[in-house]
Amino acid sequence: MDIIIYGIINSATLALMALGFTLVYGVSRLPNFAHGALYVLAGYICWILLHKVGLPYVLAAALSLAFVAAVGGAMYSFILVRIRGMSISEIIASYAIGLAILEGLRWGGLKGGTFTLDYFVEGSVDIAGVSVDYQRILVVILGTLLVGLLYFFVNRTRLGLALKGMAQDERAALTLGIDSDRMAVASMALGSLSAAVAALILLPLGSIVVEAGYHVLIMAVAVCIVGGLGSWTGAILAAFVIGFAQILTTAYLGAHFSVVVALMAIILTLILRPSGLFGKQKELEERV
Amino acid sequence: MAKQHEGRRRERLDRGIKVRSDGVYAVSSWREMMFLVGPRLLLIVGLLAMPLILGGVPYWQKVLTIICIYALLAIGFDFLAHYVGLVSLGGALYIGVGAYVSALLNTEFGVPIWASIPMATVLGGGICTLLLWPCLPLRGVYFAIVSLMFPLLAARFIEALDIFGGTDGIMGLDGFPNKWSEMYVLIICLLLALFGLRRLVNEDMGLVFRGVKDNDQAVKASGINITYYKAVGVFLASSLGCLGGAALAHIYMWAGISQFALDFSIIPIAATVVGGGGTLAGPVIGCLILVPVSELLRDFGTLRIAVYALILMAFIVFKSEGLMSYGARKYNQFEHWVEI
Amino acid sequence: MAEPILSVSDVNKTFGGVKALTEVSFELMPGDILGVIGPNGSGKTTLVNAISGFVKADSGQVIYKGKDIVGMPPHKIADQGLTRTFQVMRPYFSLPAYKNLIVPMFSRRARRTGGWRGGGRMGSRDTVAVDILEEIGFERESYVPYKMASSLPTGYLKRLELARCLALRPEIIICDEVFSGLSMSEMASMVPLMEKLQMEGITLIMVEHRLRELFRLANRVIVLNFGAKIAEGTPDEVMDNKEVKEAYFGSEEVYSYV
Repeated sequence: MDIIIYGIINSATLALMALGFTLVYGVSRLPNFAHGALYVLAGYICWILLHKVGLPYVLAAALSLAFVAAVGGAMYSFILVRIRGMSISEIIASYAIGLAILEGLRWGGLKGGTFTLDYFVEGSVDIAGVSVDYQRILVVILGTLLVGLLYFFVNRTRLGLALKGMAQDERAALTLGIDSDRMAVASMALGSLSAAVAALILLPLGSIVVEAGYHVLIMAVAVCIVGGLGSWTGAILAAFVIGFAQILTTAYLGAHFSVVVALMAIILTLILRPSGLFGKQKELEERV
Repeated sequence: MAKQHEGRRRERLDRGIKVRSDGVYAVSSWREMMFLVGPRLLLIVGLLAMPLILGGVPYWQKVLTIICIYALLAIGFDFLAHYVGLVSLGGALYIGVGAYVSALLNTEFGVPIWASIPMATVLGGGICTLLLWPCLPLRGVYFAIVSLMFPLLAARFIEALDIFGGTDGIMGLDGFPNKWSEMYVLIICLLLALFGLRRLVNEDMGLVFRGVKDNDQAVKASGINITYYKAVGVFLASSLGCLGGAALAHIYMWAGISQFALDFSIIPIAATVVGGGGTLAGPVIGCLILVPVSELLRDFGTLRIAVYALILMAFIVFKSEGLMSYGARKYNQFEHWVEI
Repeated sequence: MAEPILSVSDVNKTFGGVKALTEVSFELMPGDILGVIGPNGSGKTTLVNAISGFVKADSGQVIYKGKDIVGMPPHKIADQGLTRTFQVMRPYFSLPAYKNLIVPMFSRRARRTGGWRGGGRMGSRDTVAVDILEEIGFERESYVPYKMASSLPTGYLKRLELARCLALRPEIIICDEVFSGLSMSEMASMVPLMEKLQMEGITLIMVEHRLRELFRLANRVIVLNFGAKIAEGTPDEVMDNKEVKEAYFGSEEVYSYV
């Protein structure tokens, strides 16, 4: 029973981590390898605002969200826009930015232990004989809510539809008067925003450490590749596949193997079914 | 070619001596010959003389060996990325495999150092090729992502299964007989690799590699098995990395998980970008610049990773041709402004 | 009657619900030039891909010299002597034109059949490469064969694409739209070239939009529409076919355009 419950929680966690990465890739075909760094950055800023500046929680959270979204947008409009379309350069450059942020933070004194955010709600509840923190339940609820909101945003609002159009055919979108660069900035900002939201929801469960950045990046990449890059349903399904696989291996093989599971999932997926669980034929041709 | 400005533009012309020394006329005078041979000679003599110049400072001698190891990796990366079309972001895999193979041969089977390094080079290259074999049909970004995962995976596996000494690593390897052999073995290997690969990519099989990079479909239609050629390319590049890894293990007399670390993946890439991709000599120059910088920054801890991440980003965004191509252009051509 | 060198029977291919090829069959005699025509999206390129192994047919047979080649990887098929050109020309841009031909010379087939064995010395390979290029219209005196492929104009690139096939010493070349994108004069010089290839004993399949040139060359033509073969015969027979006019030209008036 606890496998099912913790499986669901773990899957929701993974889905939250991967959401921003999928969003950016799905819209602007930009593999944002600074994703993990933005995640940690959000937590760090929020902590600074809370404990050093002394702002109330809601304000601190809102400001850190806005800041990270701005960083994401700026990253695109000042740096990545110059190497748009050279996919390898995009990976290397965004990875370099991520490294610079993370290692810069580490140098700036971000080391494990001292940096923690408080739970939104204290206490725990028994579900079918398993004790679960309220915060973890909140992760599942907020995760679902965020997916729903983003889905609504992409499919119902003007900006969202423009983004979707961009994802499907950039040139056609250009001829319809959609500014591709502005959309890419918007998608980067949105992706960074969801990374930051994920950070604020998930970080209270642990402490803010640099390693979390690398971990989140690996997990996001794993989920997106297994699900088929840029596919929403695929990403959520993949989050569940990997989430449960991890919980199962932790239960039966030991905690060391849970990251191995994600990496093996990537490699196996790319070898056996290069387009991912929900990828499309077109992407298959790009890959193989 | 030339940058557009108002009313005038910059024109580039080949220097006379460059034109004169093209083809057979290069042997017409010492000056022409020096023009051609000079830069190469500078690199060779410079590298060979480096240990003597650094003389008695053991610290900088060690830095020099590290430079050579990174340079071997970087040449391999450059070759794979720009001549075979496989961008392998996981250079640490090669170092790690080379180190572990050599360590096992040396400590478990008692293979002496002069045999364990070459054996680790070949065996390690083979192992890396086998590991990457299933990923060879993947293109561009996807190969890059998967290859990035391999060193992480390898380290986790060793940790989780507690094999090969687990987190402690394998200790008690034989060291090199003395400092000089350490440096000269690596420098000579580096020069051989550099000039060997440069020759390869312009003749014979190298042309097929470049064909695979430019248009793999057409190579298939020419009746050539591209997976085989990609595998050969990976073997060559990973062998260079394994050579570096084996040497590293013997220098520290230890092989451990930290040899799968991020540094070995990121510095060669940064060196290639800074030095100039596709030139093969560029990565060596990049390493000569970046590795000492990172050594100087060692006191600042992880700030050095942040620094060369920023250098890497700046070069890839603003000066993507790299120092080597820039230098070659200045050397071969002169520029002047022309009124339009 | 001679044995057909290539016989395609009942080949099907669907892409996610869209039928790209439906029960396509035809036979090809040695030394023929077979034209394949059809409106855009009629499955011509898919047919080329299916025969040359770049796409695996869902069902059906492609018998080449007595062997079923469906499911073989492209390089194995090319090794048997069936090669192709590509509609989108992408030579090896980073190499000079003649070195583009060195690449196919490294295939097993070329080493088996080539006349440049001689110990595999580079010199002889280069010579053969330049010879092939000269034969196909690269003027040796003006050093065109030595120019970088990236600096050549379209006409030469199309020829280079063909030359790359020739270096393999193939028996069948499938030409995917060699005439498209060429100027009138370039096309005019291309026609005798194809005739020359035929004289040398190479069997050709030509997928084309340019009907005027194609009908001068081809001795048989098949017409595809929506992935199915709707007509087959000599050029004249095909032109008189009612169904072809309907499908391909929309109405009879356009006939004069051809």
